[in-house]
Amino acid sequence: MDSSTLFGIATIGYILAMVSYIVYLAFRNRTVGIIATTVTVVSFIAHTGAFFMRWYEGYVMGLRSLWHPPISNLYESIIFFIWCLILGYLIIEIKYKNRSFGAFVTPIAGLALAFIEMTGMSKEIEPLVPALQSNWLLAHVTMSFISYSLFGLSFATAIMYLIEKTEKKTEPAYIFWSVSLGVLIVLLIAMSLDYLEFHVAATSSENIKNYLFRATFKSPNPTVALLSWIASFAIIATVWATGGYLKKIVSAFNVTPELLDELTYKTVAIGFPIFTLGGLIFGAIWADQAWGVYWSWDPKETWSLITWFVYAFFLHARLMRGWRGKRAAIVSVIGFVAVVFTYLGVNLLLSGLHSYGSLS
Amino acid sequence: MAERDKTFVDRIWDFFASVKLAVVLFSLIALTSIVGTVIEQNAPPEKNIIVLKRLLGERLAPEAYRVLDSLGFMDMYHSWWFVTLLVLFAMNLIVCSLERLPRIWRLTTEPIKPLNPDKPPSFPIRKEITLKADPETLREALISALKKTGFRPMNSPMQKGGFQLYAQKGNWSRLGVYITHLSIIIIMVGAVIGIFFGFNGFLNLPEGRSSDVAYSRKDSRPHQLGFTIRCDDFDVEFYGMSDMPKDYRSWLTVFKDGKEVMRKMIEVNEPLRYGGYTFYQASYGMLSTGGGYFIFRVRGPDGKTETVTKIMGESFVIPGTKIKGTIKKFSPALAVTQDGRTYTYTEMMNNPAVYIEFTEKGKPKYSGWILKRYPKTWRLPDGSMVQFIDYWGVQYTGLQVRKDPGVWIVYLGCIVMGIGLYMAFFMSHRKIWLIVSEAKDGSLVRVFATANKNRPAFERKIETMVSNLTEEV
Repeated sequence: MDSSTLFGIATIGYILAMVSYIVYLAFRNRTVGIIATTVTVVSFIAHTGAFFMRWYEGYVMGLRSLWHPPISNLYESIIFFIWCLILGYLIIEIKYKNRSFGAFVTPIAGLALAFIEMTGMSKEIEPLVPALQSNWLLAHVTMSFISYSLFGLSFATAIMYLIEKTEKKTEPAYIFWSVSLGVLIVLLIAMSLDYLEFHVAATSSENIKNYLFRATFKSPNPTVALLSWIASFAIIATVWATGGYLKKIVSAFNVTPELLDELTYKTVAIGFPIFTLGGLIFGAIWADQAWGVYWSWDPKETWSLITWFVYAFFLHARLMRGWRGKRAAIVSVIGFVAVVFTYLGVNLLLSGLHSYGSLS
Repeated sequence: MAERDKTFVDRIWDFFASVKLAVVLFSLIALTSIVGTVIEQNAPPEKNIIVLKRLLGERLAPEAYRVLDSLGFMDMYHSWWFVTLLVLFAMNLIVCSLERLPRIWRLTTEPIKPLNPDKPPSFPIRKEITLKADPETLREALISALKKTGFRPMNSPMQKGGFQLYAQKGNWSRLGVYITHLSIIIIMVGAVIGIFFGFNGFLNLPEGRSSDVAYSRKDSRPHQLGFTIRCDDFDVEFYGMSDMPKDYRSWLTVFKDGKEVMRKMIEVNEPLRYGGYTFYQASYGMLSTGGGYFIFRVRGPDGKTETVTKIMGESFVIPGTKIKGTIKKFSPALAVTQDGRTYTYTEMMNNPAVYIEFTEKGKPKYSGWILKRYPKTWRLPDGSMVQFIDYWGVQYTGLQVRKDPGVWIVYLGCIVMGIGLYMAFFMSHRKIWLIVSEAKDGSLVRVFATANKNRPAFERKIETMVSNLTEEV
């Protein structure tokens, strides 16, 4: 058995887990809940096995040394992100003895897996270019993704909190979460359309860049482009109008808003120091070792600093000025948007040193 | 002090001490920074005008560019207003830390005091247990239980019999926030020192050449190093037979006052440091002048081996034979088309090949390409071998040259920040009191405790301690 077979098993497992958690949520059947947890744990074990197997395969193929775990390109980093996310989720499920978050966390893993398939990014084990052969980079990437996963969990609980706590459709917090969720759905649909239209077998982020939104907003046909915009607004408006149903579902979770608020804070409080140390400091040390510049204001660095400021804002507003509840949840959501932009947006939309491989 | 009685200095101080200013600055720095990631910094104007045209349309773009340029957005992280924001941020950090430090310092250094046993204040964690032993016999068990939980308890007797044990730990963790703040200041100081006293330059050094200057990145002016650096060799290693580079290496030698003082092979992530300067492997390239040396290891049919160094057009003899090889052509990256024609696919030395004509007593014998990366091509039909080792003296190594006297301060700041963050987020200040008094058939132990972080974990610890005690006694 090779790593890709095991990854395949894990992928199917996570999708099954997602379905079972949602069914569990709907029917509150204990057996379904146990099945959901079992499937997640089994998939997680398969995933862990696949990770180490891929590590070993890269070594056997002579492409990487034993010091370089498979977290060096977009595909591998997303896989690692999912691994951290599921691990974090399982810890919460065991610690708080509550399965309800599963229905919110496993879809993030599902979306990330779908993103891999949709963009058709390369899954090959690629050799490491010289700049990436560094232990600092290893620590940098590992810790960055651990913190990203924690911020992802914080995002999930914050959105749940907002859905549960908002009443009126005209309330700013309600508009905020419904529009955020609407935009997320629009982006996913647009990307799926790109995939269906072009069947992109993109080998690098450069290729994804060329095809991104070509089937919709950036279509050469102006009618299609216009319709895409209209459809987007319609989708966002629908989410806004039908948000009440979501509220009913989330309320069925049996999770108190206080617990959600506490989890939103705790995940940030653990993620922030890890992000500062691993994401910013180790990244700077690596850049200093490789290029002789610890900080150069390139878009990736700047965006991670922006992310850092958003979470610094969150912590200071909460601890010093007593921001809790809706306001804190909104900042946490904005923080995760910044995380996603740092991680994907910069590579897809902006240029920079981090487009890996190019030197000087 | 009433608001209007405050002096001007007080007002300034209050302004900088406020958390409100901190969150406003966080937002301002984060929001303005976004602009600099969309507009490429220090780029030729045309590039950004194209970006602006895409965002704002043909008509508005040139005007928008002019406005943004005059506001310094084309190099915004060094513009006066962004630097001002950073300075305000630093002042805010210093003043608000100083403002809060005395109170926190008191909290940190204050010894823990016994409670009033009759009217203990309300605490988040409280427990009551009755143990079947009189207080005096319990004392040792309680002290060792507390010690096991990581506390060093203090003891104070009470008037009506019984006693009180109390202890605290992790009080220093309250300083974590300030240590983190301090580390940011240290990093900023290091960065400023680097900006004013550092040097950022480059040096393209051909194989075999030396230099006692590097060139500034800003204006390409030469900068005296105070020593001489020589490139002895440069080499690229590839993954298998692909063109994917695995490693770039330069062999460098440093001379000071004419004497060799250092010799080191550098590669990406592994620079050379000397005299305050650091030389990083940044790029490489081919000299347009040509004129290097071909180095071969030649083995005759009888196994005799010789190393020869020749220039283009020169000849060598295969040991033990009368066969003479003459170097005719060179290609830095040889490729073959499907119909067998050869061509050079890049000017970089990705697949160096040399064309050699072999003759015996003036008569052509055989000729062909010998490729450095393909040992199969080294063998000649008569069993002798010509190994192509290097074409030396035609490549240059591109070195990034940095001097940053502030970098150690930045690193120090990073270490301090690691410690500060750990204290601030992962350690907590825990206090515990045990009030032991006589009860009907033994003694009553009342437990009061508090923690400023992760209270549930502390509560669990106390529960374990209590249940262990009940079992023991």
